[in-house]
This record gives sequence, C-alpha cells and structure tokens, in this order.
Amino acid sequence: MADEHAQATAVRTAAHAIADRLAAEKDHLTDLDSAIGDADHGANMDRGFTAVCDRLADLESDDPAELVKTVGVALISEVGGASGPLYGGSIMKASQELEGGVTAETTVAFAETYLETLQARGKANLGDKTMVDAVTPAVHTYKKSVETDELSPLEALAKAVDAANRGLEFTTPLRAKKGRASYLGWRSVGHQDPGATSTLYILEELLAVAQDELGEMGDIERDATADVDPSDVQVREESETEAKDAVDTAATEDTDTEVQD
Amino acid sequence: MKKLINEPSSVVDEMLDGMVAAHPELARLEGTEVLVRADGPVEGKVGIVSGGGSGHEPTHGGFIGDGMLDGAAAGEVFTSPTADQLSEMIQACDAGEGVLCVVKNYEGDVMNFETAIEMAEMESDTTVEYVITNDDVAVEDSLYTSGRRGVAGTVFVHKVAGAMAHQGGDLEEVKRVAQKANEHAGTMGMALTSCVTPEKGEPTFDLSEDEIELGIGIHGEPGTQRTDVMSADEIADHLTEAVLDDLDLEDSTEIVTMVNGMGGTPLMELYVVNRRVTSHLEAAGFDIWDAWVGDYMTSLDMMGCSITVMAVDDELKELLAYPVETPGLTVTGNQSGGA
Repeated sequence: MADEHAQATAVRTAAHAIADRLAAEKDHLTDLDSAIGDADHGANMDRGFTAVCDRLADLESDDPAELVKTVGVALISEVGGASGPLYGGSIMKASQELEGGVTAETTVAFAETYLETLQARGKANLGDKTMVDAVTPAVHTYKKSVETDELSPLEALAKAVDAANRGLEFTTPLRAKKGRASYLGWRSVGHQDPGATSTLYILEELLAVAQDELGEMGDIERDATADVDPSDVQVREESETEAKDAVDTAATEDTDTEVQD
Repeated sequence: MKKLINEPSSVVDEMLDGMVAAHPELARLEGTEVLVRADGPVEGKVGIVSGGGSGHEPTHGGFIGDGMLDGAAAGEVFTSPTADQLSEMIQACDAGEGVLCVVKNYEGDVMNFETAIEMAEMESDTTVEYVITNDDVAVEDSLYTSGRRGVAGTVFVHKVAGAMAHQGGDLEEVKRVAQKANEHAGTMGMALTSCVTPEKGEPTFDLSEDEIELGIGIHGEPGTQRTDVMSADEIADHLTEAVLDDLDLEDSTEIVTMVNGMGGTPLMELYVVNRRVTSHLEAAGFDIWDAWVGDYMTSLDMMGCSITVMAVDDELKELLAYPVETPGLTVTGNQSGGA
C-alpha cells in the first residue's frame, strides 16, 4: 500500500506543478492562441488544472488510476472547447491502463492509449499543426526508450520531453489543417501551436516532478509484480512510483500527435 | 441591442428553469444543464438523447417527450455541452435497452459526445450508439465543421428515432432509421440578418440592408454566397433547387418538406415561402406527402429560413406520422407534424 500511496502522492504533486506552470504561462498561451485561434487556451487550461487540483483534494484515494481518471474528468468538465475532450478524454481513457498498477509497461500503454484517443477524437495527423505534433514524437520516443533501449522510465521521459520540444518547434512553419487555426490557411504559418505548447509544459512539469521525487536513484520497476517486493527499500519504492506517475502523465499529455519516426 | 436577458452568462440556466416551469413533464438533472423526461427513463424503451449549443430552440430540449427525445443537453449559446454532462444524460436516460445519441456534425459536439460515450461506458454498463447528422447541402467544411453541418433535418431524425423507440424498436433498429432519415434529407438555409449572441450583444456578422447570405449556418457561420436581396419566391426557388441538386431524387418521389424559421422571421413569411416551395416541387414532379412549417431549428434572432426535403418511404412516413407530444412538436392521430 505504501507503494500505491507514493504513486498517488506523485500524481497529486504533478497536478499541482502543472497547475502552477499553466497559471504562470496563461498569458503566453493566450497570446499564442490569439494569433491563430480564439484566444482562450491560456484561461481554459489554467481553469482546468485549478479544477483538477480541487477535485484531487476532495478525492480520498490512493489508487493512481482513479486519480488520473479524475484529472481527465475534471478537464472534460472544466476546460470546454476542443481542449477539454482532447486532453481530458484522452487522459480519462488512458487511465484504464494503470488499473493494474503503475509500471514501466503500463506507462507505455498509457502513453499509447493517450495518443490513440487523441487522434481518434481530434482526427488530426502529424503535421496538421496540433497537439499531435508534440505528443506523437514524445510517445514514440518514450516507448522506444523503454522497450527497445531499455532505459529507465525517468530517462525515457527525459528523452520524450526533448522529442516533444522538437515536435513543438516543428509546428511553427506548418500550415494548420485541423482546429480553428485551419481556417486561417496560410496565415497560420509562422505561429507556434498553442495546444502543442501546453502539451510541452505539462510534460516538462512531469519530468521535473519525476526527477525531484526520484533523484539520482530514480527509476520505475520494469516489472509490475517486482515493485511490491517488501524487501525493497521504501525510499526507492516511492521514488519509482512517482517517476512512473510522472511518466504516465507525460505520456498522456503527449497523445495528440502521430509519430512518424 | 434590446433583449429580454438579465445576464448573458445566466441566460441558458434561466431558460431551462423557465422551460421546466412551463412543462412539468420535463425535469432538470440536478447540477447540470440537462433536461430529461420527468417520468423517465421509460422501462423497456431505447433512450433517445440529443444536445448541443443553446440558441436553436425549440431544439433540443423542446423535443423531449413521448415519442421523441428522452433527454437533451444544453450547452452555452452555440457551444457544445461538456462531455461529463452528456455522460450523465446518457446514463439517466438508459432504462436498460441502450441509448442512441443524435449528434449534429460540429467538431465540438462530436468530440464531446464521443468522449461522453466513453465516460458512460466506463462508469456504467450502458450500451450507447450515436448517429451524426449532416444534412446541410450548402458547404463541405465550415467554421466549426469538418464535412457537412447538421441542421434542421436533424429534427426529422429525432422524430423518426423517437417513434421507432416508442414502438419498441431495439437500439440497432432505432439507429438504422435515424441514419436512414439523415441520408435522405437535405437542407439549405439563408439569412436576411445576422443573429445576436447574448455575450456579444451585437450582430455576429455584417449584412447590409440590401444583402442576404445564402447557405448560412445555424450559428451565423458563412454560407456559399452573399447576394442582393431577392424576393421570397426567388429565395424559395434558389434554396429548393440547391437541395434538389444535391439529393438527386427520381421523378415522383414522395417527399416531406420543412420550411424552418431561423428565429426572427414571422410565421406569415414562412408560409409565403412554403407556398412557393410546394408549387416548385410539385411542378418538378415530386409528390409532397407532408409539409412542416415553423421554427424548429433556430439561430437565436436571425431572420431567414431553411428548406429541408426528405425522401420518404412507407417506413419513414409511418414514423413521421406516429403520435408525439412535446413542447416543440405535437402530432396526433394519423397526421404529421406540419399538417
């Protein structure tokens, strides 16, 4: 149970870190959205994650899957517009992957389901100048880092954040093909996508929380059954749990884009 | 702009309270902007639900009642309801036979309904299906839409699905007839004036005194062309031709028509339009089985109308004629809505 409690704490810590970051970036996100959208992305995301923190505070649960689902539902009900169902619906759906516990494997499944849901809902492809352009490379990088390169989830998350950042930069020269920006046609070229930007902020906060919690020893168990070994050092267990949660969250956020690599 | 509005931010909330006060057969799901049948869910019946932005009254809540909708979610003006409220509605309208959602094709509505269906299925054992309506023949993509927009023809879909569910049709049958109605319907609208949204308080778009907009959407989103003012007959001819071109019906096909007001046009003028629509279609060799005239799918206070033509077979005719009693549509005995 200590393991689950640590995971739950990590989810809550990550939610607050994201809420603080989005509050700080609210005006910047609004400026980005003013250029090619309807100038509400900053306020909507700020309001959404404030609600996330409120709802998590009201929820007495140490079940990471339930907590992450609550994050999604809060975003669905508070963000509105397209970002509500895109962010919230994808997180909610992907939270089911964590029902068996938070491990390297389930965080990969979480990331993949997030991306699949995001694409199914938004019908956007890579290169359409949407969240998908940041999420896709992040999810693919995370999966490859964990499964093929056998990196720790924390290391994999760091690589995923780098990938999301490159994906975000890639949105600037693109012509929008989905979302409200698409109605601007060529006039959308030269502007960074707001949704991909908020995605990166969320991933960066997940990574920061994971690094804080895990420190140098940080890593998530690769095997779900292994990480409950009572002989494990308690501190290590907690660190692992938090890292996993962070990764999960990051993966969730990433789901918007399809990766081509 | 003078309006019977207290606060723009509370207009939807106050409208819903007013509807329930007028129609005790409706009830509001607590803490939501969802209206449901007060006596629902109805045992042994598939639930039929709809929803979308407010400002299209009597759509959607005005069509709740025996033989039509079981629930309707009201978003803010021209804004999709949120998925959590849609999910609550879906679960509240499930009597164990499943629920069909009728969704107009706007990106926000579709995304929120799809998310709501996933929520409902995660939180309960409800079986949910949905049909996306896209009867507007005017434009392929528009401000809020990929593909065609769902407009007034959606009311036919509500009617047909509701009748099938009331007769005991299962979820699959109800979905089938809803899709059938959508596929056989085409609509084209026009505006004489812009609508005024409560929050903005001024016209959404500029249309000068001597201009009209053809192919307008129900949120004031752009149509196909802006032209000099035409006569009622010329407008009726233009809209009817546009729909017929798209539907490509065979001669002597039986059809039902709808001349739908956009909210700010007197019924008198809608009948003037209907006169021409009817004579135009009869001259073209079609058999008009029934003609609906009225405000069914409005756009706040926009002046203008839309014309819908739906080809009908025996099954659709029976379902359209099936009795229904709702605030926005009543059909009694063996007669249809417009008769």
